[in-house]
Amino acid sequence: MSTETITPAPAVTSRGNRKQARRNTLIGWTFILPNFLGFLAFTLIPVIAAFALSFMEWTSFSAPRWVGLANFQRMVQSDTFWVALRNTVVYALGHVPLTMALALVLALLLNRKLKGIGFFRVAIFFPYITSLVAVAVVWNMLFSPDSGPINQFLHAVGIAEAPGWTSSSDWAMPAVIITSVWRDMGYYMILYLAGLQAIPTELYEAAEVDGASPWQRFWNVTLPSLRPTTFFVVVMLTVSSFKVFDLIVVMTNGGPGRSTTVLSQLIYQEGIGEGKFGYSSAISLVLFVIVLTVTVLQFKLQQRRER
Amino acid sequence: MTNMAEDLKAEAPFLAGLALAAPEDRRRMQRSRSPRERKARTTDAIIYGVLAVLVVALMVPFIWMVSSSLKENNQVLTVPIQWIPSEFVWSNYTDIWTRIPMMGYLQNSLYLSVIITCLQVLTGSLAAYGFSKVRFPGRDVLFLAYIGTIAVPWQAYMVPQYIMMQQLGLTNSFNALILLQAFGAFGVFLMRQYYMTIPDELCEAARIDGLSEYGIWARVILPLSKPALASLALLTFVNTWNDYMGPFIYLTSNRLWTVQLGLRSFVGQFDAEFAMIMTGSVISVVPILIIFLVGQRYFIQGIATSGMKG
Repeated sequence: MSTETITPAPAVTSRGNRKQARRNTLIGWTFILPNFLGFLAFTLIPVIAAFALSFMEWTSFSAPRWVGLANFQRMVQSDTFWVALRNTVVYALGHVPLTMALALVLALLLNRKLKGIGFFRVAIFFPYITSLVAVAVVWNMLFSPDSGPINQFLHAVGIAEAPGWTSSSDWAMPAVIITSVWRDMGYYMILYLAGLQAIPTELYEAAEVDGASPWQRFWNVTLPSLRPTTFFVVVMLTVSSFKVFDLIVVMTNGGPGRSTTVLSQLIYQEGIGEGKFGYSSAISLVLFVIVLTVTVLQFKLQQRRER
Repeated sequence: MTNMAEDLKAEAPFLAGLALAAPEDRRRMQRSRSPRERKARTTDAIIYGVLAVLVVALMVPFIWMVSSSLKENNQVLTVPIQWIPSEFVWSNYTDIWTRIPMMGYLQNSLYLSVIITCLQVLTGSLAAYGFSKVRFPGRDVLFLAYIGTIAVPWQAYMVPQYIMMQQLGLTNSFNALILLQAFGAFGVFLMRQYYMTIPDELCEAARIDGLSEYGIWARVILPLSKPALASLALLTFVNTWNDYMGPFIYLTSNRLWTVQLGLRSFVGQFDAEFAMIMTGSVISVVPILIIFLVGQRYFIQGIATSGMKG
């Protein structure tokens, strides 16, 4: 997103320049057009439509009708909406800090020139590209309350009352969070690795000369230098947490009860499942506003810290 | 400042050795390795140890998946866990093809992934050229619209997309998924990021040599951007192969199902066939594993430069 490379087009004065400019416009558009047509039709228009739809009453059985804020009124009075919002926030509060901390620790461990370090990096990254269905299926079985490997392990270390995991409404969300942290941390580790490798070695050398201990070096050199990466990671993680969908649908389908129902699942159920297009668009607008607010807020915080 | 640090660095091994080593150590130092070097070796060994334990711990779900896929159903969940099957049931891997239409699922996944990847790479790299190397009015505003939609969660507009596809009569067809996923903003963004690092002078020189803009794209930019093309192709392929919600929403008839849908439905229907379910999981992961191992360098590059997923 480097905007500094974008320079204003030179002022068009002579006729030759104007001709050149027109030619450029034509050429530019022919390059963009194949992608743009698809993008316009299947992304841009639906995005705008989602906004408009949230102020309309439209179901699979009725014609669209403008209703103002009625969908939002219904939404705030709906118990399910608040449950889904709460679950989404709980998921984010578990997923973001855990993934970030583990990704950073892994990146610090892996940021060395050791023989075969590539193997370790690839191995830790692998869960991220594994198909989500396979991941969900395997973890669901690992979490089996009676003879699943996880509870066997817990019994072995002396925990007699092991949790029921996905079959218990208290433990289903932690189970989903554990699975998602395991899956995602390799991805954020890569981002942290890139950040670590951008830190000039001179900084460490200078700190070493000044007699800084490894811990001081980490605290005074590594962490401050990683601030832009951390900021980026937190934004990405938070945004992706609020969008969580596939993992929940495949692992718990929102249950047991409504204990893991999240916003995006509600959008799907109300919109595509039950054909309440307007109402589900209202919920999706809430999701969008949350994501936008988080992003803008974190950008602002970042700016203030840098000043 | 830097020079001083450099100078001191040259001195440092000696100084460190002096500070740490007892007199008899210092004598030995001249013959064998310095304590610093030995210390580094010990640290390396510890780190290898830590990493090995960590990787094994993280790999447990995969190890267990593969091990379970070679067991009888009643041996998957036993107390205590059998990590190595008492008897290897290889027949799981031959039986699954007749139990569910696995081959059809694999073909569907492959078809969708290949088409979407090709379109994404082709239209994405073309558009990125327009956005980075051709200057025309409105270009930057348009690009902002692309960036802006990357920030909008897909879940926020999947319903209007669905209505649209329904109106066009494209639900329950591959075309819906191809249209939705082949023209994403992500590919344009990733390719443009890379093109920005290619100096404009190169295009300028090619223009003077009489190449048309399409010629420059095809014969100068594309060959130079092979790593970025590989990154985009791999990310798109893997994302499409692993996608669950897209096919879940659009593909209703069994013969169109992808591996992910097939596997999910198998789990729902035969939830006691633990071993066979694990076999299916292994088969769904193997193609991705192969692709990933072949191209992991580009994969990681793509993530590090763009930091975004599809």
